Amino acid sequence: MIATWVALAALAVALAWPVPILLARARWPARAPGTALLAWQAIALAGGLSMIGALLSYGLVPFGANLAEGIIAFPGWMVMGRLPNGTDFLQMFALSGAILLGIHLLLTLGLTFARAERSRRRHGELVQLLSAPMPERPGTRLIDHEAPVAYCLPGTTRSITVLSAGLIELLDDDQLRAVISHEMAHVAQRHHLVLLAFRAWRGSLPWFPIATRALDAVTVLVEMLADDRARREVSADTLARSIALVASASGDRVPGDRVSAVMATSDPAANALAADGDSAGRRIARLVAAQPPLSLRGRALVLLCGIALLAVPTALLALPVLALS
Amino acid sequence: MATLGELERSVMDLLWSSDDALAATDIRDGLAGKELAVTTVLTVLTRLETKGFVTRERHIRPHVFRATTTRANHMAELMHEVLGTAPDRDAVLARFVGQVSSSDAATLRRILDGK
Repeated sequence: MIATWVALAALAVALAWPVPILLARARWPARAPGTALLAWQAIALAGGLSMIGALLSYGLVPFGANLAEGIIAFPGWMVMGRLPNGTDFLQMFALSGAILLGIHLLLTLGLTFARAERSRRRHGELVQLLSAPMPERPGTRLIDHEAPVAYCLPGTTRSITVLSAGLIELLDDDQLRAVISHEMAHVAQRHHLVLLAFRAWRGSLPWFPIATRALDAVTVLVEMLADDRARREVSADTLARSIALVASASGDRVPGDRVSAVMATSDPAANALAADGDSAGRRIARLVAAQPPLSLRGRALVLLCGIALLAVPTALLALPVLALS
Repeated sequence: MATLGELERSVMDLLWSSDDALAATDIRDGLAGKELAVTTVLTVLTRLETKGFVTRERHIRPHVFRATTTRANHMAELMHEVLGTAPDRDAVLARFVGQVSSSDAATLRRILDGK
């Protein structure tokens, strides 16, 4: 039991700090966004599992020789209203922590999903009243607003892509096609669910900087995934141009002909954006540089690490239970 | 045949552009091209009332309806959410380009200027 909780605690600490920092700083995720997205999910899940598991197995030490015995014996002691001999405060503290943390995480997840569902419905009602369907593009609606925006509203039965009049004015037909297939990709790949889960994680641990970092990273990764899907239908150049136009228009309007300059691969400013720019800059730099995707071996390695991350805490927690039966 | 959603939109457009509260029959007449029954109009109005877009004045017979607030106010609410400036950030909108920090917008403009 002691070995179990020490191992789980070590894993929890690793997943709470050095591992996510390394992943957030790595350059390869831009070349394999799907794989990186899986890696973040593995880190978040394994992190929660090992954290709760470590607290639980430490707190249950006095109750049994291993976790399974401890869990089985615990209700009996609780009914008796007593604690086994040798139980100390710290263990009770850990046990309460494990239970509270578990409940807190699940409640926040449920609450985040419920709230998102409510605002999604309200937003859908507003869009329904304030926008007109675009007959030539099924599933697409047009809002009469000068700000150039495009987004998708995921729905239970059908999703809507919303474009603004400002966007239509800003982009040509090819660029619009890039935007629409980018938005369709979000819907098809259910990105809103991944984002919600990470948002719930950050919401439940607002004092934990890694949760914010993870949400930021995941937000950019789903954009890159959608970009990759859009690239199958339009050229990388067209897509990059659309992003640059929409991004720069959210500040001042930029004349279309100047946008060509963005596409100069050798531009050092583009490299600077790739390093520490926000979502739009990193996406443009990535499209312009046309980096090759990460090798199959690289992706397999990351996936294996992710599987191992999940397997280790699961095995540490489950094996004694299995051995018992 | 227009969908219920499109009917709601036509009814709201009518209410938004009207200064006075309207009765269901006024709305039916206003949407003459659609050849609606008054009961259909009332169904649509009740749905809009449930969603909070329409208020019903019950002390007058027949009931008259008016828009809760202006179209511009609703548009502002929508765009606040879309642009991420709303205090309530629960809406999950996958926007094509998210918020751009002012420094990055400046960098982008610099590149666009070819410097």
